[in-house]
Order: sequence, then structure tokens, then C-alpha cells
Amino acid sequence: MDPNFIIPLIIWPPLIGFLINGIFGTLINKRIVTFIAIVMPLLSLVGTFLAYTYFDNPYNYKLYQWFDIEKELYVNFGFYIDHLTIIMLFIITGVGTLIHVYSGGYMHDDKGFARFMSYMNLFLFAMILLVTASNIMILFVGWEGVGLCSFLLIGFWFKNVDYNKAARKAFVMNRIGDLGFLIGVFLIAFTFDTLDIQSILFKLAETKINDPNIILITICLFIGAVGKSAQIPLFTWLPDAMAGPTPVSALIHAATMVTAGIYLISRMHGLFELVPITNTIISSIGLATALVAATIALKQNDIKKVLAYSTVSQLGYMVVALGCGAYITAIFHVMTHAFFKALLFLSAGSVIHGLHGEQDIQNMGGLRSKMKWTHLVFLIGTLAIVGCPPLAGFFSKDEILAKAYSSNFWLFFGLACASVCTAWYMFRIYFATFFGSFRGSENKWDKVHESPAIMLVPLFVLGLFSIIGGFFGMPEIMHQTHFIGSYLSTVIKEPKHEVSHFFEYSLWATTILALGIISWITYKRYGNATEQTFNKIPNSIGLFLSKKYYLDEIYDFIIVRPLKFIGTWFKDVFEFKFVRRVVYSPGFILNQGSVGLKSFQSGNISWYIISMIIGLIAFFLLFLK
Amino acid sequence: MNHIPSIIQTIPLTHYIILSTMLFVVGLIGVMVRKNIIIVFMCIEIMLNAVNLMFVAASIYYSNTAGQIMVFFTMAVAAAEVSVGLAIIVMVYKNLKTTNIDMFNRLKG
Repeated sequence: MDPNFIIPLIIWPPLIGFLINGIFGTLINKRIVTFIAIVMPLLSLVGTFLAYTYFDNPYNYKLYQWFDIEKELYVNFGFYIDHLTIIMLFIITGVGTLIHVYSGGYMHDDKGFARFMSYMNLFLFAMILLVTASNIMILFVGWEGVGLCSFLLIGFWFKNVDYNKAARKAFVMNRIGDLGFLIGVFLIAFTFDTLDIQSILFKLAETKINDPNIILITICLFIGAVGKSAQIPLFTWLPDAMAGPTPVSALIHAATMVTAGIYLISRMHGLFELVPITNTIISSIGLATALVAATIALKQNDIKKVLAYSTVSQLGYMVVALGCGAYITAIFHVMTHAFFKALLFLSAGSVIHGLHGEQDIQNMGGLRSKMKWTHLVFLIGTLAIVGCPPLAGFFSKDEILAKAYSSNFWLFFGLACASVCTAWYMFRIYFATFFGSFRGSENKWDKVHESPAIMLVPLFVLGLFSIIGGFFGMPEIMHQTHFIGSYLSTVIKEPKHEVSHFFEYSLWATTILALGIISWITYKRYGNATEQTFNKIPNSIGLFLSKKYYLDEIYDFIIVRPLKFIGTWFKDVFEFKFVRRVVYSPGFILNQGSVGLKSFQSGNISWYIISMIIGLIAFFLLFLK
Repeated sequence: MNHIPSIIQTIPLTHYIILSTMLFVVGLIGVMVRKNIIIVFMCIEIMLNAVNLMFVAASIYYSNTAGQIMVFFTMAVAAAEVSVGLAIIVMVYKNLKTTNIDMFNRLKG
């Protein structure tokens, strides 16, 4: 099978879908718009399957030479497909296609339907560009592209000012990370004289451990990952990004864009393996993020916000795995997280759709009877995320915990606490939404309905993958092959972190026991929740958590206000006193000069004659010697 | 007729130069200072006549008739200029009802 056919098949269809739906979307039938928007990611998925079957060795495909710097540094527009790329492509195109199908139903009655589908296709194109890039510059193009699409899609209902603010916040925080990324790219160009990723990894053979150049480069690249993958301190944009439609939250902020940072670090694993110092920083930030986000989620009442903080927390897990050098585990968790988080978001969207826009769990309850299928898939997602065996989340989380334990005990302990919090808040949401009696109005209860098939089928597929996804990465002590591990071992050579069998078995036992206890307690508390359960006067910790650690207020005080003050000072004082004078003074001088020179045009004839005579005399005196 | 130049040449040329220059300066100052437009024209004529005198004196003293020919041209030009100038003055007077040149400031600005 010709590779020159497969790679364009993967990369170009979403772009074509974006162009067609973007330009002609409002002119053609909605069915055709839906068809195009779904078929294009499907074509990419088919291409990915073909790539999986036919590409044994990594394939490097150069499209054309983009630019060069003084004939020394060449930047090629090229694509590099190896096993890591193929796994990421499966996640992106697979989950992407399912979410496009879901959006066909969810956004069908929206006036901007064609615009939405075109933006989603553009997002897929940018993300595919990001993971298939052979050159860091092309990766950056994809990086910026997903940031742009995130902005466009969060602010999709642009008539609402709050949504615009959320979109702007996401974009600006992303940009801060991008600055770090760019500085890292410049340092790489300076140190390695090339921007091609494989060439960089090749040149690392003779570098020492903890080389200062590499430390700087890795820290800068990690700052980019902090911005994109919502780590501390740049994570507050993600909960606000829930202002966008639910399919957006599922695709961008659960499955793909936020994993771009994880992918970046895994791709540049050669750099990160050399610098234990940076890895310590990475693990610490990941751990802090996981804990902070998990604790905030305990006290949130909006379904989507809880899932957003859950995403931040799980990203913290992945970053900890990266910091421990367990790149394959991180990618495995990316995969399983994509399945169950997209599932959770889409089923939350189904709940919201069924309740005609209600998102607050204080107004829900007892939906189990009226929304059977949604309840079932939400249950599957919840069990997957808390790590209930044998669903997907159990295997990947377990592996991260094991790698963390072999690296540092406190990492493991912190992640274990975060797991407890994860279980608590997920079960809280689950029981409060689907059990007990309905806390909304009678009117709403009569209108509650199950979602249509076009929305349920993707949910079933994702549910299936949440169940079986773990089997792609079975640990060795169960005497199975770790499929993902062996697949990725051609790309990343990871040393085996050995943990004792005793530890593994006790970890499993503790997990199952803890899950049982927590689900029992939360069922007791939230299974028959009433208004009072949520309106209890919180103690100071509860208040602190529910106000999100006051982080938004802190950022506002430290960063936003000084910037606004500086801007206002420039507008009022500097502009008025200095700039205005400098800009107006030439005109003013000319004006005054002309007032002075106007006296020559007095119309007074005797003055004209006098000046004529004076001129003549001067002429004679000067020139006729 | 050859005696006339030799009789005239007993008066040094310097006298004629000084006379002509003084007449010219009188005319010049008159043009600068006087307020009545017709007096200004008369002063212009004074200047022209001073120059004519100088031409003629020089032509006698250097025995060159080119000076006297020049006087013919100058007088013809003076006549033409005076006729046009007076016509202009009459039209200006009809519009502005005054001959004070300080009042002729329509070109002011």
C-alpha cells in the first residue's frame, strides 16, 4: 500500500471538511453538512487503520521545504509516522469521529450548526498536524491551531459576554505557555542546529546528564505543556472553558488538546530522560495539580465543572508519570482517560439535553428511572475513572501509582489521596444526579426525556472502550503482554520499574476496599439528597474549596489589576502629556511659522515696492563686485 | 556740428552722473513713500527720465550714438506703460473710490 496515499488520507480530509462547511455551510442542507463533518474524521480513522497495518517502520514523508535560515537550518513541512503517532492518531480520530456523530444530534437545532462542525473539523486537522509533525515548527503550528480552535469553540455562543471572557482567558493562558514553548524551540535551534525531531534525538547520544542547556530547554518546553495541559499555575482556564457546548468540552478539554502537552514531552523523551532535576519539578507540579484540582472538585455543584476539575486532576496524574520517566504509562493513561472522560462529558451532555439546559446537581436527582441508557453509560464512566477493576481506569491508574511508588513514596501517597478524592467526588455526582428524588420543579420532571439514538450510539461505543480499554495494557504479573508497552517500545526505551508483587496485590486490595467504602458513604449521603444536603453552611475548608482556593481572585489581584492600572496610566497620563505633544508639535510649529510669514502678503502695495527695492539693492551689493 | 560735443564735454561727466543719480533716488524714495497712486506714477517717470539723461550724457561723452538710440526705446516703453497704468488707475478708482495705495489691499492674506 502506497504510503504516499495513506498519509494524505489521514491529514487532509478534516481540512477539506472545514473549508467546505465553513464556506458553504449555511447554503447547503443540514444533512449534507452533518454527513461531510462526520465522514472526514472517518476517513482519517480509516487512514490510521491503514497506517497501523502497513507501517512497520517509522515513515518520514516530506511535503516541501518551508524555509531555511542562512542555508544552515532547514525547516521542512514534513510528517513522521511511528508507533507513538499511530496510537495518538487512533485516539484523536476515533474519539473525534464519535464526538462528531454526537454533535450532529446535540447541536442540530443550533443556528450556527455548520460553523460548529467546521470548527470541529479544523480542530481535528490542527491536532493531527501536531501529532504527525516531523519538525518542531510544524508541531508548533498544530499547537497554535488547537489553541485557536479552543478559543473559537469555547466562545461559540458569542453573544454572551461571559463566554467570550472565558474564551479569552483560555487563549491568553495558553499563550503564556506558548511563550515558554517558543523559547524552548529557539534554544533547541541554537543548541542542536536543527529543528527536526528525530535529528535532535539522534544528536543527544553524546550529551551528559544534567547538562545546563538541556535543563533550560526542558523547563521551557514544560512551561508550554503547563499552559496547554492545564497544570498549576495555568489551569484556571479549563473550568471556565465549560462555557462552550458539551461536545467541545468532551473533545478538546478531555481527550485531545489537553493531552498535547503530554504528547510533546513523550515525543521529546530523549531530552527529558537526561535531566533528573527537571523531572523532579515536573512530578511536583503534576502532584500539586492532581491534589488541588481533586480537592476543589469535591465542592462543585455544576456537573461540567466537576468533570473539568477531574480532567485537570487526571492530567496531573499523567504529568507525574512523565516526571517519573514512565512515558509509556502516561500515554496509556491518555488513551484510557480519553475514553472515559469523553464518555462522562457526553453523558453529562445527554443529561443536560434531557433536562433542557439544567447543569446544577442541586436541581437534579432520580434521573435513573427516566434516562436509563444515560444512567448506564454514566455509571460505566464513573467506575472507569475511579479505577474499579476490570475497567480501563483501573489498569492505567494502577500503573501510574506503581511507577510513582518506585520513584518516591510521597508521590505515591499524594496520588493515592487524590484517588480517594476522585472516588468521592465522582460518586457524589453520580448518586446526586441519578438517585433519590427529583429536586427540580414538577414541570421539568414531565419534560425529562432520553436522548436520541444519534447521541446514544457514540456513548455506547465509548462505554465499550472504557470497559475493554484496560486490556491493552495488562501488567506483567498477570502474565499477559502489555500491548501498548510492546507497541511503543520501538519508540521509547523505558527501563522497567520493578515493584514487588506484594505491593501490587496489596494496592489492588486497598483499591477495591476503598472504592467499596467510599461508594457506600456517598450513597448514604447523596443517594437521597435534598435541598438541605447542598445548602449546609460550609465550614471554612469547605468554603475555601468551593471558592476554588480563591485562585481566580488571587490572579485578578496580582496580575490583572496591575496590568489594567498600567494600561489606564498610559492612556490617561502618558498619552495626554507626552505623545500628544510630540505628535502635534510639527503641526503647531508649522502653523505658527505660517502666521509669521503671513505678514508678507499684506496686500500693501508700498510694502511690495519697498521689498522689491530692498531685494534689488541686496542683489547689486552681493553679486556685482 | 562737431563743436557741440566738445562744448558739452567741458562739463565733466561726473556732474551728469551725480545729477542723474540724485534724480533717480528722488524718484525711488517718492515711489516708496508717497500715498497717492498718481504721484507714485509721476515718481516712476522721474526715475525713467533720470536714466534717459544718463544715457544721453554717456553717449555724448563717449561719442557713441547707441545711448541716444536707447533713449528712443525707453521713451516709447514709458509712453506705453503710462497709458496702460493710467487706465488701470481709472478702473481701480471706479471700484474703490480712493487713490490711497494703502487701500489697495484686496490681495491681503
